[in-house]
Amino acid sequence: MIRVNKQGEVWVFGEQHRGRLEDTPIELMSKGRRLADTLGVKLATVVLGNGVGDLATKLIHYGADKVYVAEHPLLGTYQTNSYAKVMFDLIHKYEPQIVLYGATITGRDLAPRIASAAKAGLTADCTDLQIGDHRTQDDKLHKNLMFQIRPAFGGNIIATIINYDRWPQMATVREGVMPPPEPDVTRRGEVITEKVQLTQQDLPLEILAEHKRPKKVNLKTARIIIAGGAGVGSRENFKLIWDLANCLGAAPAASRAAVDLGFIDKDHQVGQTGTTVRPVLYIAVGISGAIQHQAGMSQSQKIVAINNDPEAPIFQVAHYKIVGDLNVVVPRMIKGIKEKK
Amino acid sequence: MAYKCVVLIKQVPDTKRITGEAMSDDGTVNRSALPAIFNPEDLNALELALQIKDKFCGKVTVVTMGPLAAAAVLRDSLFRGADDAILITDLKCAASDTLATSYILSCAVKKFDYDIVLCGRQAIDGDTAQVGPQLAEKLGIPQITYVEELMELNGKNITARRSIGAGWQQVKTALPVLLTVTGDANEPRVAAAKKMMKYKKARTAGEVEREVRSQRTEDRGQKTEGSEEEIKSLIEQKCSELSEKGLLIKQWDLDFLGADLTWCGRSGSPTKVHRIQSVVLAAKESKNIEPSDKGIADMIHELIEDKTIA
Repeated sequence: MIRVNKQGEVWVFGEQHRGRLEDTPIELMSKGRRLADTLGVKLATVVLGNGVGDLATKLIHYGADKVYVAEHPLLGTYQTNSYAKVMFDLIHKYEPQIVLYGATITGRDLAPRIASAAKAGLTADCTDLQIGDHRTQDDKLHKNLMFQIRPAFGGNIIATIINYDRWPQMATVREGVMPPPEPDVTRRGEVITEKVQLTQQDLPLEILAEHKRPKKVNLKTARIIIAGGAGVGSRENFKLIWDLANCLGAAPAASRAAVDLGFIDKDHQVGQTGTTVRPVLYIAVGISGAIQHQAGMSQSQKIVAINNDPEAPIFQVAHYKIVGDLNVVVPRMIKGIKEKK
Repeated sequence: MAYKCVVLIKQVPDTKRITGEAMSDDGTVNRSALPAIFNPEDLNALELALQIKDKFCGKVTVVTMGPLAAAAVLRDSLFRGADDAILITDLKCAASDTLATSYILSCAVKKFDYDIVLCGRQAIDGDTAQVGPQLAEKLGIPQITYVEELMELNGKNITARRSIGAGWQQVKTALPVLLTVTGDANEPRVAAAKKMMKYKKARTAGEVEREVRSQRTEDRGQKTEGSEEEIKSLIEQKCSELSEKGLLIKQWDLDFLGADLTWCGRSGSPTKVHRIQSVVLAAKESKNIEPSDKGIADMIHELIEDKTIA
């Protein structure tokens, strides 16, 4: 267990695979920066791997004051036990007050293992983090805690979680909810090389094969997204979504219902169990807008909703509400856009 | 070779069916207003364990932590083919976060001789996916999370395919191991009619007590009230009858588990709730657009003017 301390740094786990940095550590840098500045402490990233030292400069450009680099031949491929052991040792050595991980498959595999070993708190899948005070029922004031904000109960409530009596405060953060900062190539920082001691015993798994396929669409970086729902009716009719996307240079997406019905591949799914997006324009076509869907798209800058049901919940978050038959409205939109261009 | 599987399951409120009544004005959830269901991915974990038993023989034990009502998911597991069921119930478990929960479950799992511990990937009420890995750490065994397919079991080793998001990984490790199983792994079997007939009367001791006491309350007025001792002996008698028929679901408390109370419930939970808010999403300003050619053209014009559409 780590004692509560107010001088501890803010850490971001620098998830990388085969020397390529994931998006999540970069996404976490702007929020991490803000937390560290509010607390008046340093922002550090921790990178584990083999031959990954050159990632440090990149992380400093994105806002890290310090980068801890732990390299070892046995850290070449991610494994729960070896990575958890090294992270646990580093946390004990430096006593950070906050440790953040991306809520990726790796982050969600690793962070709970570390939390269990460190007997520390961990909040899953946060969508926001803030610094604030908490008064307990016995009227004790705890200042400057990390508010770990996350949807719960299938997105129906937003819970703010804290921990004040055991450090570090740890959270995994949902992919895509925090905008990455602009890199500043003039930034300078400190790189600390850590000695790592590992044996084969720390690697109980044997990775026999791995197949990584490129995602069919990158919704996270799309400026405009056209999403279709169950209301589109069929895989054939989903062509309307593709056509509208094509004429706007947009990414085609879908609600979970449309994916479950087989209209489009799961890579295109937006929402609580899919991708979280924040495009400049989100056009929801035939999507009723369950809270789980809204959780993944409500932060879009402009939302257009097309639905024949005026009571559809999607209209609560829409800036432009079109009540009508999508089979009429979408072709009219395509025509309208082509005329303007 | 036969394998001993322990499956950890959870009864959860059906969060997909949340209606207005289930949400109170202060934004908290009224759990009792929601139907309680078997956590979906825990059914996939149970199915995987049953498939292992079907293929290699062995035993499937299901364990849940929760109130007496959670015995419903244990019965459901027995209907589907589980051999043994355990309810961990104790008021001192209340307010446990994932860390405290994993500690309590580890005390229970350590009572078994096991080869494979299985959990669903995550529960739909919290969606944390944390208890599985935390439990594996407490048991000191490797974990394979996001399991989509069991590829090989050969007595000493297990090979499984796990999801890595866009793609998969084939992983091998020595037993014992903890697996977290995704909804893509299999189609859970339904209850078998014969087993349902047999186990529908299965009860935990706590359920027996509640039934006996409520029966007593109903009978009041017609009969003279029985003494506490009579009630107790009646409960004991009913429990031993059930036990003889193999219908007594084991009920364990923290004392029986030998759990250190410092690590259970509130005191064992580093995370605490600061605030709960209900979700009110609303666009700041919104416009109704006529689905006519003109309405749509005007909207597109506006979106181009403000550079939303480049």
